[in-house]
Amino acid sequence: MPDRAGVHLAARVHLRLVYAFLYIPILVLMVLSLNRAGLPTAWTGFSLKWYGVLAESPAIVSAVRNTLVVAVSATVISSILGTLLAMGAERMNRSSTLDALLFAPMIIPDIVLAIALLSFFTLLNFTLGLHSIILSHVVFNIAFVCAIVRTRLRNFDHSIIEASEDLGAGRFTTFRRITLPVIFPGVLAGALLAFTLSIDEFIIAFFTAGPGESSTTLPMRIYAMIRFGVTPEINAMATIVMFVSFALVLLSQRIDRGSTQP
Amino acid sequence: MDTSAPVIRLQEFSKQFGLVTAVDRISVDFEEGEFFALLGPSGCGKTTLLRMIAGFETPSAGRMFLGTDDVTDLRPNRRPVNLMFQSYALFPHMSVRGNVAYGLEMERLPRADIRRRVDEVLEMAKLSELADRKPDRLSGGQKQRVALARALVKRPRVLLLDEPLAALDKKLRQEMQLELKRLQHEVGITFVVVTHDQEEALVMADRIALMRAGRIEQLGDPKTLYEQPATRFVADFIGVANFFDGTVAEGGILAPPHGVLRGTVPGELSQGDSATLTVRPERIFLKTDKPSEADNAVRGEVIDLAYHGSDVSVHLSVANISRQLVVRLSGEETYRPGQSVWCCWNTAHARILA
Repeated sequence: MPDRAGVHLAARVHLRLVYAFLYIPILVLMVLSLNRAGLPTAWTGFSLKWYGVLAESPAIVSAVRNTLVVAVSATVISSILGTLLAMGAERMNRSSTLDALLFAPMIIPDIVLAIALLSFFTLLNFTLGLHSIILSHVVFNIAFVCAIVRTRLRNFDHSIIEASEDLGAGRFTTFRRITLPVIFPGVLAGALLAFTLSIDEFIIAFFTAGPGESSTTLPMRIYAMIRFGVTPEINAMATIVMFVSFALVLLSQRIDRGSTQP
Repeated sequence: MDTSAPVIRLQEFSKQFGLVTAVDRISVDFEEGEFFALLGPSGCGKTTLLRMIAGFETPSAGRMFLGTDDVTDLRPNRRPVNLMFQSYALFPHMSVRGNVAYGLEMERLPRADIRRRVDEVLEMAKLSELADRKPDRLSGGQKQRVALARALVKRPRVLLLDEPLAALDKKLRQEMQLELKRLQHEVGITFVVVTHDQEEALVMADRIALMRAGRIEQLGDPKTLYEQPATRFVADFIGVANFFDGTVAEGGILAPPHGVLRGTVPGELSQGDSATLTVRPERIFLKTDKPSEADNAVRGEVIDLAYHGSDVSVHLSVANISRQLVVRLSGEETYRPGQSVWCCWNTAHARILA
């Protein structure tokens, strides 16, 4: 029988190594974004100047704006549609095939979805631009929002809807005052996740964007810059994006968990 | 108000779910101010009937009148009838006060009126202290009172209650039976309660409709249902009953080997028809010697005794009855298992059923 304490120690070391593997590259990136001379090989002193350089680059500012437009629009649309889809799917008779089809956009490789959407838009002679990126993001975001709202609906006591009607409320009032407030934490968690996914999505945006600056999102901009080498401002940019995403994911988890606890 | 007109009249009310008939041509009048119980085993259609009255199910056939108005096609939010749900269905994101006020807000009453009426009802339901709590911080009994207050504050013509006490423990349930009855007297609203618990129906209701397979088996006051059951099903469902099977004979039924057991034969039966004689456990008395004066006596052997505190149930094996004979005694006499006794009763306490 192996020594229990020894096994325990080995497991702890293993855990540390896994975390180190995951986070050391990110840490290196963050440190380099603060390196004055901007060299990846030598530390020359602390500086925030690369963050300043970002703000002065019109190409990057425009890319940030485009990304926010895409993320906010796609989040709003997919939150509404995804919530309605979840409610409909929960109410309908169970069909496992239909359920699987609802989840599919989450699982299909992005590259496949990107090619499919591009072919579809081309077939329709659809002009590509920011709007086509928004539509494409809505496609996969709906699936995520729907999945999160449905877990919320599963514990939903449907008799409160009948109770509301019984007390004199019409269907719309019932939705506004009863159903929506009760499932709202789920909707909000879904919306935050959708926003996070949208803000750093590259492949699908790259395929479905129009030509030129006007529909270049931030991940696309970074990709374009990186072809001439990893510059310090890219490190700075990546650090910011990472913090925003991380904060949103934490927030979304907190909301969804906090609300299910009595 | 015209007291002779029923508050709700159901005419040939039916509900089909596919091939299953849940409610089968039921016609019944609910009177102003009465406490009415729809009683029956699960699956007898009582809940479907209640949900149709509330408007959540559309009847496949039949009409419903509220006073003189035909309300069959009105949606639930348009009916002056409220339902108290079995699960209580409290709104989890609203306080007790918010839950109770909701129905009045839907009527678009002035704020001051809403506040006054909500305060009144909270007071009556002893909930004033809990007004700001959310439902998840209430006990089962408190939730039940909130659900009741929420429905009563609307001052409905009829309050429908779906198994209102099923979720409470036994002690609280017995308390609430009397509490509900008292409350109903106080507000004077017609209560229609669905229950599967015959004791609950007997304690609370002015009238009981015992349902079976979508039909009303018997409708009457609790005493009538208990003492004059119309069918074997009624006798068996309400309280405990002993049954002797036999054939109709002169002045009773012939149930070998006991000879003729006397009783009044209903008009629809003629000699030779198979029939059942039923006697309640508390109507039977035991004797050790063959009684000459007793109207009826069958021989039995004591199997066991169950002590209940206030009384004793004696279980006996008697020839030619499918179950054990149950006798309920006040507890002063003592019998031991294996003892052979005579079970006697007065003819007036026996009933012959088809």
